[in-house]
Amino acid sequence: MTDGGTLAGATVRRRLLVWVPIFGAVAFLAVIGAPLIGTTPIRLARVFDRSIPFADNVDAQIFFIARLPRALAGALVGSTLAAAGVVFQALLRNPLATPFTLGVSAGSALGAMLAITFRLHLSLWGVSAVTAASFVGSIGAVAIVYALARARHRGFSTNVLLLAGVTLNSFFSALILFVQYLADSSEAMRTMRWLMGDLDVAGFGPIVAALPLCAVAFVTFAWLPRALNLLSLDADAAASRGVNVLRVQRVAFFSASMATGAAVSLGGPIGFIGIIVPHLVRLIVGADHRVVLPASALFGAAFLVACDVLARTAMSPVEVPVGIITALIGGPFFLWLLVRQR
Amino acid sequence: MLRADNLTFVHGGAPKITPGVIAPNTTGNQSGSECQSGSDFQALPGVQGVSLSVARGSVVGLLGPNGSGKTTLLRLLAGMLEPASGTVSLDGRPIAEMDARARARRIAVVPQETHLAFDYTVLEIALMGRYPHLGVFELEGPRDVQLAREALAATGTSALERRLFATLSGGEKQRVVIASALAQQADILLLDEPTASLDVGYQFEIANLLGRLNKSRGLTIVVATHDLNFAAGLCHSLVLVSEGRVVNAGPTNDTLTSLNIQALYGVVADVYPHHAAGHLTVVPLRKVNRD
Repeated sequence: MTDGGTLAGATVRRRLLVWVPIFGAVAFLAVIGAPLIGTTPIRLARVFDRSIPFADNVDAQIFFIARLPRALAGALVGSTLAAAGVVFQALLRNPLATPFTLGVSAGSALGAMLAITFRLHLSLWGVSAVTAASFVGSIGAVAIVYALARARHRGFSTNVLLLAGVTLNSFFSALILFVQYLADSSEAMRTMRWLMGDLDVAGFGPIVAALPLCAVAFVTFAWLPRALNLLSLDADAAASRGVNVLRVQRVAFFSASMATGAAVSLGGPIGFIGIIVPHLVRLIVGADHRVVLPASALFGAAFLVACDVLARTAMSPVEVPVGIITALIGGPFFLWLLVRQR
Repeated sequence: MLRADNLTFVHGGAPKITPGVIAPNTTGNQSGSECQSGSDFQALPGVQGVSLSVARGSVVGLLGPNGSGKTTLLRLLAGMLEPASGTVSLDGRPIAEMDARARARRIAVVPQETHLAFDYTVLEIALMGRYPHLGVFELEGPRDVQLAREALAATGTSALERRLFATLSGGEKQRVVIASALAQQADILLLDEPTASLDVGYQFEIANLLGRLNKSRGLTIVVATHDLNFAAGLCHSLVLVSEGRVVNAGPTNDTLTSLNIQALYGVVADVYPHHAAGHLTVVPLRKVNRD
């Protein structure tokens, strides 16, 4: 590898024009194709057959009601985690960073675990107490990490951020284990299941609830890539080229954290998407964040939807938690990437 | 013109850059720092109450031992650090009042070493110099690519355009980073020990390149360096920095003396004009205690 991905010499405009439609098509096909696969086979032609009324069209009902919400949840979670991964890696100048490095997922898990253990059964607009609690937990973790990074440094130290995040991750994990140890086994099992990730949303409600947060984050992400390119040189180099480093770091941190919190509250802490997708995409499109970010968002959607199909069908009728699938595929694949490079 | 008056800040103090050769009588101005260099900060190395001026189109070397405040001075001049008091100004306008992008269109910085977190190509690095000229959502157009390619050509790195930056040698990397600064189209170039990790061949190359850029493009260059012969060959004038103060400044031929070198580094050195090289040459002889 001495070239920077395919089309290395092409302008960003050209690379965007090539890769965004390609990855977009892959994501679209995944979302449309995933609901067709399952224990009850259905046919696409029948799903969209207008001559059969919806009430009588079992294929359409399975497609739209039973399986499409799940595919869309997978797409939203996958694209959000992949994009947040790209942003965190650039912010921390560390290709090994993930959306969970700074403790967002641990805070989220703590929130969800508390809601499960204390049996909060409230539900509002299709959003369960567990979902809401996990989002609150993630925001709490973000606030703590940010406060620590600010307290230790007059600016915004990415090193302190990293250390605080890693420490908070361990601390929250210990809290979770402690409460699990005291909780009864059925709740412990539910918490454990939540930690493995699950995209089986009951209807469109949870997706609609997470969507605005993700949408705000994505709009913010659109503003970042050129500054992220320069930040990954280093903060001084970025500053000397006119980047308002502190502002970019803050915006990147909060938008990516919020997006991650929303994604985790929707699908659980599904690992590896946020690291494996950006790396794979960089191999194909090069390192420029203006291409990497949209391409990763689209490919992340496709990747998680595909993993979820495997989760539903691999050991059918038993379902494998999707987080286990992503880790089982992602782990070895990532090791292969590491060995392959250089 | 870039100029700074009586700066003090967390680590120290103030440079002053005005058009015209650095005048010895503008050095060692300590009046601005006295109130600030109190108990909180005096243990920290840095620049304290310094004034100096640099001519437009001149090449100025910053010399001084490790930790003397050269890098801090450069960062202040670039506007990357904000002084606690005093101002750095460019054409009479304080740079702190300038928008970061506007400042970057005038002043470019080349750090000592550049390590990338991701694998950018050489052309991508050069194009990053275009940042202050483009809007947030604006993509580089043909003119930006052309400017980046010209900058690569000017530094002799055109052939490397598609290579990954990480695969280049130290000298190639430094030239590409300089190309990126050229693509920024600033008229002032600040370099922090650009030859520190380079062998003598590359050192020579960088010196030639900077001299050429100064002559052909009229770039104002401020370069912090430890390499006295590099400075002798390249710089029109020198600023000697020690323990956060400018201890001497002036035209290179008047400033690069045995006496000054011993005062600065505690090294007895022979300094004489080398006719083949066409500039002063420094031969360090032995280490003694500093005055």
